[in-house]
Amino acid sequence: MAGLLADKDRIFTNLYGLHDWGLEGAKSRGCWNATKDMLDMGRDWLITNVKNSGLRGRGGAGFSTGLKWSFMPKEVKDRPHYLVVNADESEPGTCKDREIMRHDPHLLIEGCLIASFAMQAHACYIYLRGEYVLERERMEAAVKQAYEARLIGKNNVHGWDFDVYIHHGAGAYICGEETALLESLEGKKGQPRLKPPFPAGAGLYGCPTTVNNVESIAVVGTILRRGADWFAGFGRPNNTGTKLMSISGHVNRPCNVEEAMSIPLRQLLEEHCGGVRGGWGNLKAVIPGGVSVPLITREMSEVALMDFDSLREMKSGLGTAAVIVMDNDTDLVKAIARISYFYKHESCGQCTPCREGTGWMWRVLERMAVGEADPSEIDLLLDVAGQVEGHTICALGDAAAWPVQGLIRHFRHEIEDRISDYRSRRANFAGHAIAAE
Amino acid sequence: MSVRRLAKVQPASFAFSKETRAKADWWIAKYPAGRQQSAVIPILWLVQKQEGWVSEPAIRAIADLLDMPYIRVLEVATFYTMFMLEPVGSAALIQVCGTTPCMLRGAGDLMKVCKDRIGPKQTLSPDGKFYWEEVECLGACVNAPMAMINDYYFEDLTASDMNQIIDDFAAGKTPERGPRVDRINSAPEGGPLTLTDPKLYDGSAAKPIKKLPNTEPVTA
Repeated sequence: MAGLLADKDRIFTNLYGLHDWGLEGAKSRGCWNATKDMLDMGRDWLITNVKNSGLRGRGGAGFSTGLKWSFMPKEVKDRPHYLVVNADESEPGTCKDREIMRHDPHLLIEGCLIASFAMQAHACYIYLRGEYVLERERMEAAVKQAYEARLIGKNNVHGWDFDVYIHHGAGAYICGEETALLESLEGKKGQPRLKPPFPAGAGLYGCPTTVNNVESIAVVGTILRRGADWFAGFGRPNNTGTKLMSISGHVNRPCNVEEAMSIPLRQLLEEHCGGVRGGWGNLKAVIPGGVSVPLITREMSEVALMDFDSLREMKSGLGTAAVIVMDNDTDLVKAIARISYFYKHESCGQCTPCREGTGWMWRVLERMAVGEADPSEIDLLLDVAGQVEGHTICALGDAAAWPVQGLIRHFRHEIEDRISDYRSRRANFAGHAIAAE
Repeated sequence: MSVRRLAKVQPASFAFSKETRAKADWWIAKYPAGRQQSAVIPILWLVQKQEGWVSEPAIRAIADLLDMPYIRVLEVATFYTMFMLEPVGSAALIQVCGTTPCMLRGAGDLMKVCKDRIGPKQTLSPDGKFYWEEVECLGACVNAPMAMINDYYFEDLTASDMNQIIDDFAAGKTPERGPRVDRINSAPEGGPLTLTDPKLYDGSAAKPIKKLPNTEPVTA
């Protein structure tokens, strides 16, 4: 058996799309089984059990899903409640929600019903990224099946009137931020809102709203069917459950896989992905949770566990568990410069530190990648990254700063070598007369 | 931010086709009354499907349809990068992912092929059939390097695959999407190592559950 998790304990049993994604197939794999019984247990039971399972948001931030649900107003007053599912999967390295939507869409729809019932929402919007055209077609088809089988809709078999609507964006990373997503869903530019008010108070159309990641919602049905303690039995305390992990970059066989939380990173790479290209010794660095978390070195990867706490202790993070592996042939400065370009491209332009800072960091890193920089600029870059971090409305500023800080923290010597190498090839170096602009 | 402007040369007018208009109404019906603005992105997308790109008269028509000020639709059309603001290739719009996970596995080679075969990025090829650009992460990183071509994903590509794909589109064919190596979707190359237990698929999971876990009444 590869990895820690046995097949019988996997939630996403059609992860690779080898079986029928439709309603009949999903039902035969256990989806929509006893859903009515769950709803009959009442809201408090649902929320308590999701809390007890230890499920933490799978979109990157890792906030307790059950707790988030409990922030919604207890009574529905003049404004309706909404559930919005964040399927704007755009964090580079991450491609897990896509598999859920195209291969196990009914798990998501079932989760939407349960979550909406728990929060007294009668409507749910699923916001897919615009590029996921196939996934959108699949979701629309699955929703249609669910309506026809009266699993959702008015007067459905579950006794809770409930509508699911598929919505899509058009290529803006920032719309993965929950308030930008709501703005986009309202038909505006995706620029994040100031918080407070939080969406649970005033979200979509000013109504109480909870925004959850696809994976967080899609696992709920199975958790309740098999028991919170079953889910909580995987991983270390505070880091429980199973998790879809996407492994890309320089491994022999990149893939998506569902694994138990807290699996050692090295075991994940070696047993599921055929190891690092050229062997473990050829590993240079790993970005363990999507490009917005700082990279870790080979020595750290040796002992890292794939969970929130272990990676946070290494000043990195689990993020979306999107592991990007880089071997010794990688030009790390160039790789991080490309990440900086990504953030420059995706900044919404609302806050000055991010709008200006992301472009500035990218331009300096591009020069550093060829060595055309002054050693003092490394500290300057670190200083600018620190000024972007924490000074913006949303976390995109932080996400742009962290990979740069990670690079300098662990691979400062590479940048320095690059600069001295560049200078040694020039007899009359003109000094540091190149401004960032 | 990416700076995006409308094309210099614009058509004189725009009209919704019957299908586009019907589909637009279907989208509008998804949102509560008075919230029709929510449909602006899906309708811009429909218009792009109809015309191939988003023109200034189309933006005005959408604003009128949704009862929005022109500037609000204009800012949405320029903010979201999937809206093509100038005409694109009639045979294929090739969007190569260039972000780090794809870059690590050879996206540069794919872009070189596009450049050699089609021309500079974001420029219509001389025959008007092709247009290519580098885009940011498309969310298929374990199948890197990849490209989105006319809405669908072509994955695990090499330079020769890209050449072949361009040949196919040029010949009027529609090449098959998905991975170009020996793998199924995002399973590891050579076959899945997990999800091989036949018991998962024998229907036993669909048997009625007599009693859900954790449903004992709490005794005080």
